[in-house]
Amino acid sequence: MVYAIAVFAPLVGALISGLLGKAIGDRAAMGASVLGMLIAAICGPYAFFALVQDGHSSTVDLGTWMEVGKLHVSWSLRYDPLSAAMVGMVSFVSMLIHVYSIGYMSHDATRWRFFAYLSLFTFAMLMLVTADNLAQLFFGWEGVGLCSYLLIGYWYEKPSACAAAIKAFVVNRVADLPFAVGLALIFMVFGSIEFSTVFANVSKHTADSYHLFGRDFPALEAIGFLLFIGAMGKSAQLGLHVWLPDAMEGPTPVSALIHAATMVTAGVFLMARMSPLMEFAPCATAFVTIVGASTALFAATVGCCQNDIKRVIAYSTCSQLGYMFVAAGVGAYQASVFHLITHAFFKALLFLAAGSVIHAMSDEQDMRKMGGLAKFIPVTCAVMWIGNLALAGIPPLAGSYSKDAIITAAYLAHSNVGSYAFACTVLAAFLTAFYSWRLLFMTFHGKSRADHHVMEHVHESPLVMLVPLLVLSVGAIFAGMALNGWFIGHEQEHFWHGAIFNNPHNEIMHHIEHAPLSVELAPLIAGVLGIALAWFMYISRPELPAIFAKEHGGIYRFLLNKWYFDELYDRIFVRPMTRIARFAWKIGDATIVDGVPNGLAAIAAGSARQAVKLQTGSLAAYAFTMLIGVVVLVGVFILFR
Amino acid sequence: MMNAAGFPLLSLITWLPLVGGAVILSIRGDEETVAVNARWTALWTSLIVLALSLVLWVKFDPREAGFQFNESLAWLPHYRIAYKMGVDGISVLFVLLSTVLTPICILASWDAIQTKVREYMLSFLILETMMVGMFCATDFVVFYMFFEAVLIPMYLIIGIWGGPRRVYAAVKFFLFTLTGSVLMLLALIAMWLQAGTTDIAVLMETRFPVGMQTWLFFALFASFAVKVPMWPFHTWLPDAHVEAPTAGSVILAGVLLKMGAYGFIRFSIPMLPDAAQHYAPVIWTLSVVAVVYTSLVAFAQEDMKKLIAYSSVAHMGVVTIGLFTFNEQGIQGALYQMLAHGVVSGALFLIVGVVYDRIHSREIARYGGLADRMPAYALLFMLFTMASVGLPGTAGFVGEFLVIVGALQVNFWLALLGGLGMILGAVYMLYLYRRVVFGTITKDDLKHILDLSPREWAVFAPLIVLTLWMGIYPSSFTGFFDESVAALVKHHHAAIASTVKLAQGMTH
Repeated sequence: MVYAIAVFAPLVGALISGLLGKAIGDRAAMGASVLGMLIAAICGPYAFFALVQDGHSSTVDLGTWMEVGKLHVSWSLRYDPLSAAMVGMVSFVSMLIHVYSIGYMSHDATRWRFFAYLSLFTFAMLMLVTADNLAQLFFGWEGVGLCSYLLIGYWYEKPSACAAAIKAFVVNRVADLPFAVGLALIFMVFGSIEFSTVFANVSKHTADSYHLFGRDFPALEAIGFLLFIGAMGKSAQLGLHVWLPDAMEGPTPVSALIHAATMVTAGVFLMARMSPLMEFAPCATAFVTIVGASTALFAATVGCCQNDIKRVIAYSTCSQLGYMFVAAGVGAYQASVFHLITHAFFKALLFLAAGSVIHAMSDEQDMRKMGGLAKFIPVTCAVMWIGNLALAGIPPLAGSYSKDAIITAAYLAHSNVGSYAFACTVLAAFLTAFYSWRLLFMTFHGKSRADHHVMEHVHESPLVMLVPLLVLSVGAIFAGMALNGWFIGHEQEHFWHGAIFNNPHNEIMHHIEHAPLSVELAPLIAGVLGIALAWFMYISRPELPAIFAKEHGGIYRFLLNKWYFDELYDRIFVRPMTRIARFAWKIGDATIVDGVPNGLAAIAAGSARQAVKLQTGSLAAYAFTMLIGVVVLVGVFILFR
Repeated sequence: MMNAAGFPLLSLITWLPLVGGAVILSIRGDEETVAVNARWTALWTSLIVLALSLVLWVKFDPREAGFQFNESLAWLPHYRIAYKMGVDGISVLFVLLSTVLTPICILASWDAIQTKVREYMLSFLILETMMVGMFCATDFVVFYMFFEAVLIPMYLIIGIWGGPRRVYAAVKFFLFTLTGSVLMLLALIAMWLQAGTTDIAVLMETRFPVGMQTWLFFALFASFAVKVPMWPFHTWLPDAHVEAPTAGSVILAGVLLKMGAYGFIRFSIPMLPDAAQHYAPVIWTLSVVAVVYTSLVAFAQEDMKKLIAYSSVAHMGVVTIGLFTFNEQGIQGALYQMLAHGVVSGALFLIVGVVYDRIHSREIARYGGLADRMPAYALLFMLFTMASVGLPGTAGFVGEFLVIVGALQVNFWLALLGGLGMILGAVYMLYLYRRVVFGTITKDDLKHILDLSPREWAVFAPLIVLTLWMGIYPSSFTGFFDESVAALVKHHHAAIASTVKLAQGMTH
């Protein structure tokens, strides 16, 4: 019951704020929305801790959704450790972001709309994580997509915001189609898309095959691949990541909530949720590992050269999601969910702190026009340091526990892909530390590069924005320590209680605490080196970056332009599609398809004119024609009878 | 003319609009009086018909697979042709769709139509009779007559109250659909000669020779494919939509497009199972082409109505894929998609109509930034856009999803390519929405544009409710056709199995 309240309170808030917002005014609408979130943020974590106490998983049934032949889909809430942990995290972080938004959006004209979207988003996310079947998961999955579209395009007067919003929705849709097909394939193989039925019968279908591309594939592999492509879209993995950096067009709290803490983690959640199936799809999981590792490294390299403060953090998110997929790919789903939770705290913190910087700088986002802000906005600077320490994995902050576990897991996989992932993630850890401190140094330290008009107005944010930052800092410091034992430590089997499945041959989770010392220290050393390099380049010798950019212009531009993914997609998808569309319309439809009937009409008109000439008026000619007609008819009749 | 319940409900629903039409004809007075009275008479008539059809909704027994509310009246006993009415799970909801959309159309035309109001309302009532009669007919000849008669009022609505190129559009509409119909008449005669009757229930049990099935199939295909419309017989549709008045577009997209698909599931699939099975790949191919090709064409459009018209072709492509998967999920998905499309595309045409009534332009570039002045409009537009792209929780999702599930059981590529509409639909609809609703207002006359009026709210309210209801609790609709479709699928597979057995028997 408490659990259901946690899920539906945000919906109620969203409806009140969205439908009545104009009538009751901004304050009341915000009040309703924040109140809904407060209720959720009390009920959600409570439900989680209650479940940890008594360990009794269950489902809350809400009714039937679809009932078609064998296909039965219900509306229901799954209450197990994985879902409950997600509900607790989502509702709590979302509540903080709602509170922060009260301050951040205080000058906006349509706050009721903003809060309605924000609460609706939270509801969709909660539906996603509490789904008891894949269709309901898809409902939440698409719901967060819609809300993300609405929130990115919140400032709809800006053409760039509209473009980014459409891009986000469409790229997500590209991935959703394979997901939907994968869902259909699950139904075909298992005759159900309810989790309990599917998971219980996985072992019976390991030998099933599915015919595709002219050969037989194990059906479970096909499902694994299709679902993962869906996850790639939502979680912005290499190839389908292009929407995430552009999504920074939305207001900053949106970036914090959607593009850091919650929505983008849906793909990781899906992998963990489907672990009973993915564990029997070794090729698919190897693919997951490769994509995750590549993304972690790719995004980190791009992050090093961005100048927009939010974009740096966005690429950092992309990279951290790669880490989570590495863990899922090698079979350490527990570690990936653990990183998901800790990451939610410090990444939300980083984004909100960046928002606080932007707020202070009169909406300036370019780090080249910042510097030396530490003494003006000390609290923001302090929480930003905490967030980055956690992100870089410096012990004992949250990130160090979860990130180290992932890197260790990649090492322990003892496979080729595992080694590749290990190398990528360690290298990415170095780059992560580098770009994080680059961000800190460029923003808060050194000499100020902003013009003095802006500097005169620099001010610390109001309390309503600082309190959420401080609460998140506490999470960023202690979440790792506090949750380590449950999520990946010695209590993990008891804690997860079967919500996450590990193949009996997969012993990574048992060995994760007994890795060689060198492996355990690798990320820390990489991180410290990264920080040192950033210090050297941005504090000690600040002229170095410009020299580097000049001498290695090719590399610099390649990274600055994000490996030219956008340009590539523009060339091979967007422009040809526009051209084909026009061609299909003007030539295909108007000339060819429509040309035939129009041409026939013209012929008919022409021949009618000819036929007129046949009407000579001579009775004999008519009679003769009729006679021929009768003969032909009778002939046909006799011949074919 | 009595049925088991002792009351000819279906005939009443079918013919009552004509009675309303007669009343409208008898109105005397100056032009203004006639117009006002004609509107109110038409509205009340259609509302009474709607109320009667709700009785149908309540009394219909969904556990029964066959025809209910049967009526039979000897008409041409010598030829074993009778006036027969009845509904089963497949048709009953389409009767309701017609009776729901008609009052909405009449209300939507309230201010938009100012000339020849009497004739306009009369046409709509005649149209309602013909639509409902077509879905209720259980005799092929009766069906054929209604099926053809629908053309006439629609032709008039486009040709008289349409836009500048209305005559071209109306004639094109008429000729395209009529050409197909001639072939259907041939098929009808052949089937009558073979079976000795035109009773649909009997025809369904009649086994036509396999060779004969092929040409019958294509003869019917010619008629239904044009009506659906399937690619490449679709070009009449954008023209008809663009020229038709708003309400005409609503009824055209909402009900008339469903006639073709209804024909497939009522005649082609159950009566000609071997041919349907054998030529299903042809249908799939045309459908996939329709989905991809018309979605692309929709993307290039500069006229709002044309864009939505092309999107209709793409959505109907999903329907034909679903119908020819011959499994429960596919067929139910197709039926659901038909209903959902009826509601959603109707709503989208009304959405276009709202701004057309104010600015008198359908050109997309003419708009922009409406969200500022028309927040309620923007909200509804978003809702129906999302329903059109199949967002879960709205009507559009269920059908599309079920069709993908059904199609995958047949062929992976059919599911994937047929599902491409999910992506392309999002592209053209969001692009449309962006250009019309988002951005800033640059045109002067848009600065004072008014948001929805109470009458417009009344028009949209039922459609909003239906869109969400159909998305959140589809069982209340699928429950109606569950049994009928199950029986149909069973019947189909039994027929195919017996043909295979027969063929094996001959080779041994």
